[in-house]
Amino acid sequence: MSQLTLRPAETGDGGRDARRPGPRPGRLRRSLTPYLYLLPTVLLLVALMVLPIVMVIGYSLMDNVITTRNSESVGLDNYVEVVTDPVFHTAIRNTLYFTGVSVLAHLVLGLAFALLLNSAFVGRWAKALFRMIYVLPWLFTIAIVAVLWRLLLNPNGVVNYLLDVAGFIDGNVEWLADPDTALHAVTFINIWCGYPFFMISLLAGLQGIPKDLYEAARVDGASAVKQFWHVTIPQLKPIIISMALLDFIWTTQQFALIWMTTGGGPINVTEMLSTFTYKLAFSKYEFSMASTSAVIILVLSMVLAFFYVRHQRVRD
Amino acid sequence: MSNGAIARRRVFAVLGASAIALTAACGGGGDSGDDEAGGEVTLEFSQWWEPELPDGSLRALMDRFEEENPGIRVELLSGPYASTKEQVVAGAAAGTMSDVVGLDGAWVSDFVDQGSIASLTDLMDEAGYDDSALASQVQLEGATYMIPVVNFVYPLFTNNDLLAQAGITAPPTNRTEFQAAATALSGLGDNVSGWALPLSLETPNGVQNDVMSWVWASGGSMLADGQPDLTNDDVKSAVEYVEGLWDDGAIAPGAFTMKEQDKVEEFTNGRVGMVISSLAHVNTIREANPDLDFSISAIPAEDSYTGERGIPYASWGIGVAENSEHKEEAWKLVEFLLSEDVNAELSTLANAFPGNTASVPDFVEGDELFTAAFDIYQSGYPANEFTGLPVAEELMRMFGEELQRTLDGDQSVDDALETAQSRWQEEF
Repeated sequence: MSQLTLRPAETGDGGRDARRPGPRPGRLRRSLTPYLYLLPTVLLLVALMVLPIVMVIGYSLMDNVITTRNSESVGLDNYVEVVTDPVFHTAIRNTLYFTGVSVLAHLVLGLAFALLLNSAFVGRWAKALFRMIYVLPWLFTIAIVAVLWRLLLNPNGVVNYLLDVAGFIDGNVEWLADPDTALHAVTFINIWCGYPFFMISLLAGLQGIPKDLYEAARVDGASAVKQFWHVTIPQLKPIIISMALLDFIWTTQQFALIWMTTGGGPINVTEMLSTFTYKLAFSKYEFSMASTSAVIILVLSMVLAFFYVRHQRVRD
Repeated sequence: MSNGAIARRRVFAVLGASAIALTAACGGGGDSGDDEAGGEVTLEFSQWWEPELPDGSLRALMDRFEEENPGIRVELLSGPYASTKEQVVAGAAAGTMSDVVGLDGAWVSDFVDQGSIASLTDLMDEAGYDDSALASQVQLEGATYMIPVVNFVYPLFTNNDLLAQAGITAPPTNRTEFQAAATALSGLGDNVSGWALPLSLETPNGVQNDVMSWVWASGGSMLADGQPDLTNDDVKSAVEYVEGLWDDGAIAPGAFTMKEQDKVEEFTNGRVGMVISSLAHVNTIREANPDLDFSISAIPAEDSYTGERGIPYASWGIGVAENSEHKEEAWKLVEFLLSEDVNAELSTLANAFPGNTASVPDFVEGDELFTAAFDIYQSGYPANEFTGLPVAEELMRMFGEELQRTLDGDQSVDDALETAQSRWQEEF
């Protein structure tokens, strides 16, 4: 049996003595305790995040590291070289297109499917079935996605066969190997494998919108379209902005999908900042230049992260 | 228990947890390859060979080595080729490279610059090793850094049934015959193409195996005095020839993102009539499509060429890490793999040609295709000018990009070669 003991409030001299200033190891321990609890996390953060980032920034200011025994500081020369490299400009353009279109399509598709799954017109079992089907692309790892779509988009693959039978194309289209279609093709693959993340989050948001808002709107004579624009979208806005910013940050860093489908080619039409950096490091062994490119990507990501954090704080 | 005692316990618990976290974080840096307490040396041997050999066969060879060399244990660190390369690069950078490393000739120059692989010439001298039986050695500035343990040659594979359907009775021997055959095969319809040209920029070795092989097969070279010489007549002629095949529609679609593996699959499925491919793929093709009737022959040369033909090859090379504390033991392992009987066994397992000239793999006498390949190998000379070049893979990628631009109609062959030449020179 538990017993509750109430300690009487301390009064008299003993209480005054306890509050008297002087050396108090107990208080020091108490004030240190929270920091000691934090220590393992702080140590891990320093070892796994701060230290590598500082090292990479340091590398970016050297002439070449790792492959050169005696590196020397070159100031900002590497930054000038990377920023003036035409392939870097191509990589930025491609990354912006790839990311922008992906995020927009993720949002539109995710919202459309979430609305479908939240609709009162679809039965419970049908909803469960569609939810499972729609979420499937998200469950595949990028390696599987890349292999799958390489096979599907092969000139002799299923996609060309179906389009040919349907009369949309005449002959074999080299979706990933043609410089005119490759960037659109990899963007399409990224859209396909990324929209479920939006869909799941927006579905949760839709389910959290109070029903009485829609009822009030209907009483005021609002049509379904007006309800969508004046109730649904404003209610989802915080989620949409958070998701879009996060997706933008993640998609700018997409590497595996590009590397395993096109390798940045044909020529350099699918070259992204990530593949550009990888090639500098592991193909040219120019680790300082790769560090420079990585630092530039870090800065760009931090700008996006700043907006994301600011948005979250405003929400809170 | 008093509050003070609880607080003390909490402090010690937090300190203990911090110490464990620190120990865990720092523990990975220790040298686990050395078991001095037991008087036994453990050699780490990182390579991509084990996954490509029959299950357990490389481990069995290592067990044999351990039996013959008491006190030395071998720990195999195996992975696919690409991840092994990244692992070796990272190990070289961090000074934690395995004692013995599987090497590709294309990596050697960079590792030598980095100072991460040891001179095998010194180790051979110290061990009193006679290197006269070695088929080849990769040397830089007079010292050997890599020894090819086995070599995979890249002959021409031809689909006999498809050739017969196209009215061709024998594999082509010169460029004119090849072009005629490739065009005829592409004319068969049903998605069949004459030749596959993998130009993926992810793994750009198609430039080496499928483009430069035309130069080497006619006795040409892409180098002059060790420097790039891409604008010479031999290279120009080969690239113009490839462009001609492209314009004729004789090359399988999807070339710009095609990889070596795709090429083999297209040939195996009977969608491509001719490919230049590694001898190591013979068994893969046979297993995937036992009914496929195919032949092996030398890569066609220029019509007027009568000299010896260079045959592209890739190697499973071996080297020793400069940071190894057990170089003597590491050399023993290298010597073991290059010994006459072990090298013959390894060659047999890998369907490759031995790095020791005295070794004779079993498959040469028992299989018609391998016998043909061995004849080609002996009648020509192994040619791979990318071996030992700086950033060899990047050189292939640069050339691949310029070739893609040419085939896409963005520039002429002359412009492509001049651009590639200047890009290569920057890397030298």
